[in-house]
Amino acid sequence: MDALYRDYILEHYKNPRNFGELEPHDLEFHDHNPLCGDELGVHIVVDEGRIADLRFHGQGCAISQAAASISSEQLIGMPIDAVEELGADWVIEQLGIDISPTRRKCALLSLKVMRGATTGDASWPD
Amino acid sequence: MGAVATHALVDVRADFPVLQREFDGKPVVFLDSAATSQKPVQVIDAMSAYYRTSNSNVHRGVYALAREATDLFEGARERVAAFAGTDPATTIFTGNASGAINLVAYSWGRTNLGPGDVVVVTHMEHHSNIVPWQLVCAERGARLHYLSVSDIGELSLDELDEVLAGGRVKLVAVAHVSNVLGTLNPVEEIAARARAAGAVTLVDGAQAMPQMPVDVDRLGADFYAWTAHKALGPTGIGVLHGRRELLDAMPPFIAGGHMISRVDLESSTWNELPWKFEAGTSPIAEAVGLGAAVDYLQAVGMQRVRAHERDLTAYTLERLAEVEDMRIFGPLDAERRGGVVSFAIEGIHAHDIAEICDREAVCIRAGHHCAQPLMRTLGVAATARASFHVYNSREDVDALVSALGRARKVFEL
Repeated sequence: MDALYRDYILEHYKNPRNFGELEPHDLEFHDHNPLCGDELGVHIVVDEGRIADLRFHGQGCAISQAAASISSEQLIGMPIDAVEELGADWVIEQLGIDISPTRRKCALLSLKVMRGATTGDASWPD
Repeated sequence: MGAVATHALVDVRADFPVLQREFDGKPVVFLDSAATSQKPVQVIDAMSAYYRTSNSNVHRGVYALAREATDLFEGARERVAAFAGTDPATTIFTGNASGAINLVAYSWGRTNLGPGDVVVVTHMEHHSNIVPWQLVCAERGARLHYLSVSDIGELSLDELDEVLAGGRVKLVAVAHVSNVLGTLNPVEEIAARARAAGAVTLVDGAQAMPQMPVDVDRLGADFYAWTAHKALGPTGIGVLHGRRELLDAMPPFIAGGHMISRVDLESSTWNELPWKFEAGTSPIAEAVGLGAAVDYLQAVGMQRVRAHERDLTAYTLERLAEVEDMRIFGPLDAERRGGVVSFAIEGIHAHDIAEICDREAVCIRAGHHCAQPLMRTLGVAATARASFHVYNSREDVDALVSALGRARKVFEL
């Protein structure tokens, strides 16, 4: 099996979970990776301080799309306040593959837009 | 320099030390010369020799070493000007092609653009031929107009005529060869039509000068910008060729040492061309390196460089078409394009294509190629891009096509 493009990475890339739009939604954010132009947005529905539902949308490489898809399953149900505690390590652990420095921003774009939507801080996660 | 075959310049490969490298036991296949070319040992040695034997600051030194450095520096300018078919006095060294375009945008633009004036650019420009115009237009109250790009990646001269007929166009800024589509634009015709309408033309020649014969004076553009590092030369030096009457009338861009004639407490007067536009200590070793690069290219012969690029491009277009789910951008006729081919494979993002190519030591570029407006026109976020220079061969293209087959396999297509 390929070390980077593992079966589950490709599966999430080809059939991303929680992708599309949510209307109405409570929170939203949209951003891009300036290195490659890839774009990702998120719509979030909040209920009693928790992420009741979310949808990512946009286009990107296998790494960025799989990172959004895999983490979306963990994010739904999470308290909104918990998102700002999530760092780069959390996403990379979710992905379960080694990420080279050149692909790091691909992996982190979905967390960046999640933090933008929930905290207003759109800086790249550490 | 090794002997050169007529149909393929593979024998020159030995001159390029980086091409001897291997990654994981695989010889490097360098297909990213549109980003930066590799450098022949002749260029590396010329720069090293300058630092080892002739290093000194140029122009004002009275001693022999300074005269020698000055002769090397100005000698390089003369050869660069001859290579481009123009005059050394109107050949200005800048930091890179962006530096050359910014010089025109600020020096010429601030003086000549006013409210309601129009700067024409195209949807296929590199960011360096868009953003300087955005800034100067915002400052002067002028307006940017974008010429469209057809489905096959070409500009329309009729559309240019329509915009020129509006009577407000002051400048037309256009790429000679697109860094994404490869399109070879009819810049001679564009410059003629612009001039007839009273507009000035700036040609971004960053992708053209390195790979085809360019005669700047015959082309008729008022400004022509290019950079050394894509033309087998070093980074850190670019070139602006300009029409003398315009350069004479323009104020300096960067101010400082050497660009002055006389400095008084309240004001100064300017040095002659080209030095009026070369403030501060120049990139001397880089100029020497660029001089060696144009010597190298002229020894190969620019007609042969162009023929070689055309052959490789035609072969690449043919081989890529064999790959399933392939989309090739730009003109499909190699006569109408330079040595750069952008493509996409349905179901694999360009970054992932480049990543899998890298495992075979095949170096291609993936992304927006500093042309985000064009990416939007093409309806893609990114493309993969292969580009060539004298050292590439058909075998390199075969290695690319084989790596693309692997990418399709990894992605289970």
